[in-house]
Amino acid sequence: MLNLYDYIFYFFAIVILGSSFVVVFSRNIVHSAFALLFTFFGVAGFYVLLSADFLAITQLLVYVGGILVLLLFGVMLTNNIVNVEIKSGTMQTLPASLIAALIAGLLCGIFYVSNWYLVPTTPELLNNTTAVAIGYAFITTWILPFEVASVVLLVAMIGAVIIARREKAPEVE
Amino acid sequence: MLTDFGRIFIFFIVGAIFTAGGLMTSWLFRPKRYYPQKLSTYECGEEPIGDSRVKINVRFYVVALIFVVFEVEVLFIFPWALIFQKVGMFAYLEMLFFLLILIVGYAYVWAKGDLDWDKPIPVIPQLSKLLNNKS
Amino acid sequence: MNLILEPIVKILIVLFINLTLVSYLVLIERKVSAYIQNRIGPNRVGPWGLLQSVADVVKLFFKEDIVPKDANKFIHSLAPVISVVVAFSTFAVIPFGNKITLYGNEYNLVIADVNVGVLVILALTSLGVYGITLSGWSSNNKYSLLGGLRSSAQMISYELSMGISLIGILLMTQSMRLTQIVAEQGGYIFGFIPNWNIFLQPIGFIIFLVSTFAETNRLPFDLPEAEEELVGGYHTEYSGMKFGLFFLAEYASMITASAFIVTLFLGGWQAPFIEYFNFSPFVISLLQLSAFAIKVLFVLLFFILIRWTIPRFRYDQLMNIGWKVMLPLSLLNLIVTAFLILINIL
Repeated sequence: MLNLYDYIFYFFAIVILGSSFVVVFSRNIVHSAFALLFTFFGVAGFYVLLSADFLAITQLLVYVGGILVLLLFGVMLTNNIVNVEIKSGTMQTLPASLIAALIAGLLCGIFYVSNWYLVPTTPELLNNTTAVAIGYAFITTWILPFEVASVVLLVAMIGAVIIARREKAPEVE
Repeated sequence: MLTDFGRIFIFFIVGAIFTAGGLMTSWLFRPKRYYPQKLSTYECGEEPIGDSRVKINVRFYVVALIFVVFEVEVLFIFPWALIFQKVGMFAYLEMLFFLLILIVGYAYVWAKGDLDWDKPIPVIPQLSKLLNNKS
Repeated sequence: MNLILEPIVKILIVLFINLTLVSYLVLIERKVSAYIQNRIGPNRVGPWGLLQSVADVVKLFFKEDIVPKDANKFIHSLAPVISVVVAFSTFAVIPFGNKITLYGNEYNLVIADVNVGVLVILALTSLGVYGITLSGWSSNNKYSLLGGLRSSAQMISYELSMGISLIGILLMTQSMRLTQIVAEQGGYIFGFIPNWNIFLQPIGFIIFLVSTFAETNRLPFDLPEAEEELVGGYHTEYSGMKFGLFFLAEYASMITASAFIVTLFLGGWQAPFIEYFNFSPFVISLLQLSAFAIKVLFVLLFFILIRWTIPRFRYDQLMNIGWKVMLPLSLLNLIVTAFLILINIL
């Protein structure tokens, strides 16, 4: 018997699958980027269904609000990309499908093994945000990874900026 | 929690139905008399030159890159802020250290001029120069 | 059934009030600008021009919808819808009153009391980028593209300082639930100043206020549609109802932004000194509702006054303010606030 949660789950699943097909098969790269918006959105919906509220919002803020904007800028940065057909041809079909099958199998295995947490039942879980637990984890168990994360972010920022930096343009009068 | 997020979702749906309804209603009433001149791209009466999807300044991309890094950082701070009062000094020092490392990056980006936007360099006409040229 | 019906009724009421407010906000803005510029403003349709908004809406419905032939039709129509939906739906998390008892049932005057409400605000604000960017891209017009680009770069730049300035409040309330943030703003400092966050977080308030102006693309941050440079900015190629939707989205996001400012910094629905009078609970609920409405209207008036009195920034100035003033200031605010809490002053 399907209940409301199941319907919502299938709704998001359809959104994710449909939009990711558009992402992969659309010839227009901006359409792909746009469809990715819905994919991210659907994934955020999944997080909510798993009661991972903080993760869901993080997904929206970082991926939808940041990475996708970056992608759109990247697309617009590339001149005339709309007219040039940048459809990737099919090559190396065999290794690609092998790897894809391998990853799919791995994911299915994880799905099967995982202890899925279904519907929040305790009032404590319903009222508290997972962010508090995450905060405690940051200063106890995962304190080193937390600080290392800041170093990673530092390296990412400096590296990205160096790569993306334009050569000094000649002074224009 | 689920129901609350669900309500936001319902709001999305109601809002989408409402706006789509507005567009539909307008579609029923509005005139549809098109001709090529009306459908041409507006460029202050001139014929548009070249493709309008012009190549953008790389600055936009750099800004977005820095933004993503900082956004992740801000999201790291949120859970910390929620437990700060209960933990106290230790949490404060930890976050200070976390921020310090990132401020190094921020200072680097600032010093290297990646945060500077391209500024127009106006050539201010000077009367004396103009007079000199004339004579 | 109540699970679905109750929010839908609330949503419809909120939508209706918002729409009415938007149409009259346009009129108020035109009137205020007229008085600032020593004119009279709209006064022909109805007494004091009060029916002007109705006339505007009806006119928009009957206008032809022109889509340039090279535009991307689908995204061109979808972009205004995204803008409007995002602008309105953010209202879902705002508590516009305390509980109210009607016919024996108690109702919470908030649509969705999410436990990460503060973050939902930020996330939905960041979604607002897409309506504008996609409209700019899909129109196939240089002005539109530039407007959309500027807008997205501007919005992401100010989103950072907006987020960090909010952390100061979180440090004090230890909760991201907006109803709790409002509830904590009851009471008084020194017995007579209302315990609003604006008095506890003045720097945070200023940062948040400025960032909100930038996020809603209002003057002095209205670079995305700077008329003198970009014709109409991202909505150059829009006409008829689609243009109307963008217009609606702009004012709707202004209303939601004011509601955020009120909720986070100006005490939300808290009406100070109300407990000294002997009101019945129902009257108190109504007074709190009107306190919220009055505060929102006040902030909206402030938005309008700023628009007609302050000139626009240049784009490099705007980016400089965002990255070199707002961001360090908000970080400093965060560190100082945490320190003050640590030594038990706040």
